[in-house]
Amino acid sequence: MVLAEGLVKTYGEIRALGGLDLAVPEGSVLGMLGPNGAGKTTCVRVLTTLLPPDSGRAEVAGIDVLRHPQRVREMIGLSGQYAAVDEYLSGFENLDMVGRLYHLGRSAARARARELLGQFRLEDAANRTVKTYSGGMRRRLDLAAALVARPQVLFLDEPTTGLDPRGRTEMWSVLAELVAAGTTVLLTTQYLEEADRLANSIVVVDHGRVIAQGTSDELKAQVGGEVVEVVVAEAHDLPGAERVLTAVGEAAATRDDVARRVRVSVNGRRPGAGVLVDALRRLDDEGVSVLDVAVRRPTLDDVFLRLTGHVAEEHPADGDASRDGATGRGRGGRKTMEEVAR
Amino acid sequence: MSSMTNAVSDGLVITKRNLIKIKRVPDVLVFSTVSPIMFVLLFAYIFGSAITVPGVNYREFLMGGIFVQTVIFGSTWTGASLAEDLQKGIIDRFRSLPMSRSAVLVGRTAADVGNNIVVIVVLALTGLVAGWRIRSSVLEAIAGFLLLLLFAYAISWVMAVVGLAVRTPEIVNNASFIVIFPLTFMANTFVPIDNFPTVIKVVAEWNPVSATTQAVRELFGNTHPAFPPPDVWPLRNPELYALLWVVVILLVFVPLAVRQYRRAAAR
Repeated sequence: MVLAEGLVKTYGEIRALGGLDLAVPEGSVLGMLGPNGAGKTTCVRVLTTLLPPDSGRAEVAGIDVLRHPQRVREMIGLSGQYAAVDEYLSGFENLDMVGRLYHLGRSAARARARELLGQFRLEDAANRTVKTYSGGMRRRLDLAAALVARPQVLFLDEPTTGLDPRGRTEMWSVLAELVAAGTTVLLTTQYLEEADRLANSIVVVDHGRVIAQGTSDELKAQVGGEVVEVVVAEAHDLPGAERVLTAVGEAAATRDDVARRVRVSVNGRRPGAGVLVDALRRLDDEGVSVLDVAVRRPTLDDVFLRLTGHVAEEHPADGDASRDGATGRGRGGRKTMEEVAR
Repeated sequence: MSSMTNAVSDGLVITKRNLIKIKRVPDVLVFSTVSPIMFVLLFAYIFGSAITVPGVNYREFLMGGIFVQTVIFGSTWTGASLAEDLQKGIIDRFRSLPMSRSAVLVGRTAADVGNNIVVIVVLALTGLVAGWRIRSSVLEAIAGFLLLLLFAYAISWVMAVVGLAVRTPEIVNNASFIVIFPLTFMANTFVPIDNFPTVIKVVAEWNPVSATTQAVRELFGNTHPAFPPPDVWPLRNPELYALLWVVVILLVFVPLAVRQYRRAAAR
């Protein structure tokens, strides 16, 4: 449904996309995971016809993005990482305007606007200007705007970035409904939890290229299986705990003296819970007093660390530039505008 | 629907959106009318006490110039608004929709004509209070106002190019003032140009601002045979010369603005 082959885009010295390939099958959700500056936004802008790549090919719903951008625009909905809704218009006016610009016709555009305001729990705010909306409400309206023409493919560029935890949870429940309804979605995010929750499969992007792909479970398996973790009560218990875990686990246990924690990987052969029971019995025999135990599955954070050698953080060197000057139009820019409006 | 009908209806949708904003943020309109009012009062009562124009009350002479200056200053709004839309990502939203490519620019400049109408009305009322009178026929007066709007419309397209190039509303204002101030002062806007130093006088004679001002004065009947304009073609045929400029500006800057829009949005 969405296909990208060898997309390259450079801004001067900076390579925002370095030959990126991806495919999103119909009806599935692809999570594109990467830190700021990894090229996620640039990729979405290319696929949504906003930005011509230097080279490479892209198709959406079987239509060539570069050759027939206008036909692609009829098929897609885009919700950006900053809410691109007009803050001087009301929620209703925003959706009505978008409907008219999709050429739905006057009455159909109005009906669709009302329907979406209901679906996104914005009826009460329908006639208030967007200026008065909370961040979460703006994002929901932005998402609603992307859905006006019932697009076949939906592009969500960091739909929850900048939201507070409550706004994020609300957004996730809205997105989960959409995903359940079978819309084809390309979702970019820097939140590992978000990709884990919403996407069928995940591509990990760094420096404008896909560095890993698969389902969440497959990616986690690449990092290794479960980890058994024990926190002991006293520092002098640590050597005993380390000895026991090394014996039950599959590699040497690692020990964190400050947190008084010992962990060992239990990759695959036996279920983690079984290993844990075994470990606890032996720890008890050794007279080690245990404060806390856990079987931990690896998170996508671990995946990212393993794949890129660094944790999922901003790349200070190229963060701004490869986000297409997003600083100018993003949150920083918006603040300046609010000051101007005052 | 054909693409032509789409282009018109999309342009109207965007015009409506921009007009709603003018209504919702009245500050813009207030400030774009307060400063010309201030100009009328300052020039009429301060400079007016020292400047004499043969055969014409200075306040009547002044209004033509203030009208032209005001619509030129007002056109920076076109550029600033486009820069703001770019900055806020709204242009991205528009560009991801299957709408007509020209609609954003057409809708912007059309809405700014609406803005200008309001400003001109307020300014005319202020002028009437300060002693300005229209001494021509109704048709000529209407022609005068239409010429003002047409000239403003052309300048709007120039500012659209500026706004899309600099992308920051504040800079649009500052950058355009550097051009607008000399443009509107090296002209017959506030004083007769006869005693200008030679070089500046030539600039003033051929400055489209002068011709437009002269044309507006003639159409409002604010001229006097005792005070003919300088004997140069642009000021002896000011309506024609002003209209020529409008055509040339549109021919150059409409395509430039469209090109700049594509480039600005694709960054």
